[in-house]
Parts: sequence; C-alpha cells; structure tokens
Amino acid sequence: MNRINFSSNALIYNALLFVIAILVAPILSADPESDREKFQSFFSNKFSTIDFDEFGNGVYAIDPESRSQWQAIEEFPPYEFAIEEGEKLFKTPFGTGRSYADCLPNSGIGIAHTYPKFDPRNLVVVTLAQELNTCRLRNREQPLPWGKGDLALILAYLASTSRGEEIKVTIPSDSALKAYEKGKKLYYSRTGQLNIACAHCHVDNAGKRIRADILSPALGQTSHFPVYRSRWGEVGTLHRRFAECSELSRAKAFELQGEEYRNLEYFLSYMSNGIEANGPGARK
Amino acid sequence: MAENTIRIRAKNSGGNTKVKTLIKHAMSAKSDKNGTTSHFIQEVMCEHNGLTVFKANWSTSVSKNPYLSFQFQGGSVGDSITISWVDNSGDTDSLTTSII
Amino acid sequence: MEILRVGIKRRVILKGTIASGAIGLSLTSGLITPNMAFAASWPANVFNKTNLNDALSSLGVRELAITNDILIKAPDLAEHGAVVPITVETAIPAIEKISLLVDKNPNPLVSTFELTQKCRGYISTRIKMKESSNIIAVVQAGGKFYSNRKVVDVAIGGCDE
Repeated sequence: MNRINFSSNALIYNALLFVIAILVAPILSADPESDREKFQSFFSNKFSTIDFDEFGNGVYAIDPESRSQWQAIEEFPPYEFAIEEGEKLFKTPFGTGRSYADCLPNSGIGIAHTYPKFDPRNLVVVTLAQELNTCRLRNREQPLPWGKGDLALILAYLASTSRGEEIKVTIPSDSALKAYEKGKKLYYSRTGQLNIACAHCHVDNAGKRIRADILSPALGQTSHFPVYRSRWGEVGTLHRRFAECSELSRAKAFELQGEEYRNLEYFLSYMSNGIEANGPGARK
Repeated sequence: MAENTIRIRAKNSGGNTKVKTLIKHAMSAKSDKNGTTSHFIQEVMCEHNGLTVFKANWSTSVSKNPYLSFQFQGGSVGDSITISWVDNSGDTDSLTTSII
Repeated sequence: MEILRVGIKRRVILKGTIASGAIGLSLTSGLITPNMAFAASWPANVFNKTNLNDALSSLGVRELAITNDILIKAPDLAEHGAVVPITVETAIPAIEKISLLVDKNPNPLVSTFELTQKCRGYISTRIKMKESSNIIAVVQAGGKFYSNRKVVDVAIGGCDE
C-alpha cells in the first residue's frame, strides 16, 4: 500500500511526482462542463469498480474495512438528533414573526443540493449557510457562528430534505465563471509549509493512506455536509472542515464563509454535479 | 430532567423482537479534553409491557450519543417498549414506544 | 474449550467481593426472573478497577472458559477510537450477564448487560478504545463464565492532529 511521507527527505521526490501528476490532471480548460467531465472520468477510471453515486460516500466507497464500521453507525446514526433539532430551530419564528422559510426558495425544502449559487447583484458566491444568517440579520437577529452549533443543525435539516436529489450547481454568467475559476485555482495551488495543494491529496493521491487515514476522492466530497464527525462528537459545516484541513496541511485557514472558501465550495460542488446529495453524513 | 434524548426502534419479526436505541448524551470522562468532571449514563433499563426485560450498566467508555441494541424472544406488534436512563448526576429520561 | 484461571490474589478477598456485589446475589440465587429487582446502584467498585484481572475478579470471575461460541464482531482496524461499533453474539443458553471489557482502557470494564430469560445472546453497541487492545466479552450463564476476545487496532490517523 502506498503511503505519502511528509518528511522533508521524501517531500522533494513526492513534489516532483505531484508536479508531473498535476500536468496530467484534468484541469486545463475555460469551460466548467468539460472540467467536470474530465474530473469525473478521472475518478471513474481511477476507481473503476465504484458506482458513480457511491463517490458521495467518500472513503467508505473504496475501503471495505471502514465501510462496515460506517454502516454500523448508519444503522442508527447520531446525526438523527441534529436533523430533528435543526427542524425545530428552522421552524421557530424570529421576533419579527417571520421565519427562515420566508427567506428561502421553496420555503427551504429540497433546495440544499442547488447551493452554492451566484448572486448576480453583489457578484459573489452565496452559500446556503449565508442565506440563513442573512435571513437572521434581516429579521434583526444575531448571526450564528459558521462552523457548528445551531447553524449546522439547521443545515442538517435542510440537507436531509435534499437527500436523493442530484447536486445541481449552476454557473450562469461570466462573473460567476470568474468565481468558479478562482475556486478552481485555489484547489490546485500549492500552499503552506507543506507546499501542497488540495488536489495533491484528493485528486492525485486519492485512495492512498497517510498513516491510517485514507485520502478521500474529491468527487462527491461536498455531497454529505454538514457532517457528524466522530472526532467532533457533533455536526459541523463544510467550511469548518475546509479550515481544519488547511490547518492539518500546515497552511493558513481562510475565514469561514469568506470569499476564498465560498469560491472553493463553488468549484468543488460543481465538480460533483450529478452526484446524489446525501447529507447530513457521518464520518470519523 | 432531560428531555427528548431517546430514540427507539423496536421491531418484531418471526417471534423475535429487536430493539435499537440511540440516546443523546455527552458520556464524557474526566479525562476528556473539555471535561472538568465526568458526566455519563450509568444505567439503562428496558421494559416490555411494563416488565424489565434488559438492563445495562455503562461507563465513560461507552461512546458519546450511545447506541444499544438487544433482542428478546416474544413480543408482539403493538406491545410497549420503554427505555429509561439515569446518569451520574442523577438526571434521567424515559421514552415509551410500540413494537412495530 | 480452554479453561483459564483468572490470576487473583486470595480466595478470602474474592469471597468478600462477590458477597458485597449484586453479582453475588445472582450467582447464589441461580435464577433470574423478568421482574426481578435489578441492582439499584451502579457498581462503582467494579467499574473503577484499573486492570483487567481486578475487573474480572470483581465481576465474580474465578475461571473463564474461553470459547468460540461467543462471536465478537468488531473492526480489525477501528476508524476512530471514540466510536468503535461492536456486537457480541452467542447461543450459550441461560445467560445472566454479558460484560464487555477493553484491556488497555484506563478502566477495562466498559459495560455490563443483564439479560432476562427471554433475551437472546446478542448485544450491539459503540465503545471508546484508548489504543489498540483486546476487546473481551464475558458471558455469565448457569453460574459459569465464558469468554472470548478480539484484537482491535486503533491507529492514529494522519489526517487528525
């Protein structure tokens, strides 16, 4: 089994491999649809025995040992509480008498798989998490923290209403395309002390191990958020996970729901278009 | 008293009743990074039609938001199943549901 | 079937332990009925033992018959030590109690399950393991103790701190 070694001796060798791999990786295009096709066929070929929709299950699609533990947890998953609590929070009106449903398309039901979107007025990527806090501000409520807690609970409920729907993120304009390209660039840019990009682990070395962890494939990575992590003992958001991963790879984490992570989410979600939404998920 | 911490799935098939329960509880040990004191469920009791059928004694080595499943012979659709717990701070919760 | 003598100190001490615990009552009465009053207090003296042998003897174990009639389903490599799914299944009849231990946990006794007559020999739960250890299941039936164990590796993940 191949292992990535982050010791300085191995780094140079690995870096060379990574550079070569990056040149081969399917990123060079100005057209998101052909990016997505190349991206998805890269993973379909790399993991040829895995069904397309299984990519939404991450490492559990490719590793039988951890899959059976995940299945044991999915028998009665700990995020069930989160869904119910999230629903209660979602349906509790603000002081103004209005509620989240009034701010969201289709009253919030079955929309999570269409986010993030692009705001044509402000020319920025908008996530579902942001929609919730914007709604709160409009109703004179304090915004909720982005990484965990009530916001994550509400997102768990909203995600549950999109289960089974195919992820469907759109890039409707040139400005949106620019944001997508920024997210893509971030994904493939080397950063931090280890001088690696997201793609090094989750594209080129997807399926390989770092010590006992298996690197999950990038395809399908956003499908199951927010996620209940055994490590957190609670539900947390995608941006919380981004920040954690930035820090673990010795890079500076960006602001949760800042422009960088929103663009990143835009790119990654688009790459998973067609994958079944299956949030909230359970991971280690 | 804690509220709404218990979820139960009790199913009968072929004369065998399988009970699964998920309980919302910190199950924290003093040694946990945020723990100043331990807070964990000590006893879980299950009743079938009002009679105790199964009991568990737990410790801080049982996972957070604990899961438990057991089976017993007998039980019919519509019978009641009650799960109750007591923790080391004296807090309790209980839920009754029906076998399906 | 292998008979294992649990390394305990003195019979006198052991008798005292058994007599003071509810487990002793179960052993001597020999009969469990569905509406028997279960032990009302949590047996701290059993759970606070810090090594395996002490935990076993405080459970009343003097001899353990190792048997493959007890099936332990647990991962070979636990994905996360805080949530290890485990199932214990056995067809041994007349079970009074199933105990679950992890030998390298600070307190090896994880949980005890008291079964009534109509219960099947089956429990499933999720436990915490501090490090790679043996998971030990002890089944008390007909006044005797049976056991099996399984090694579970708990690795430090490279993606976690």
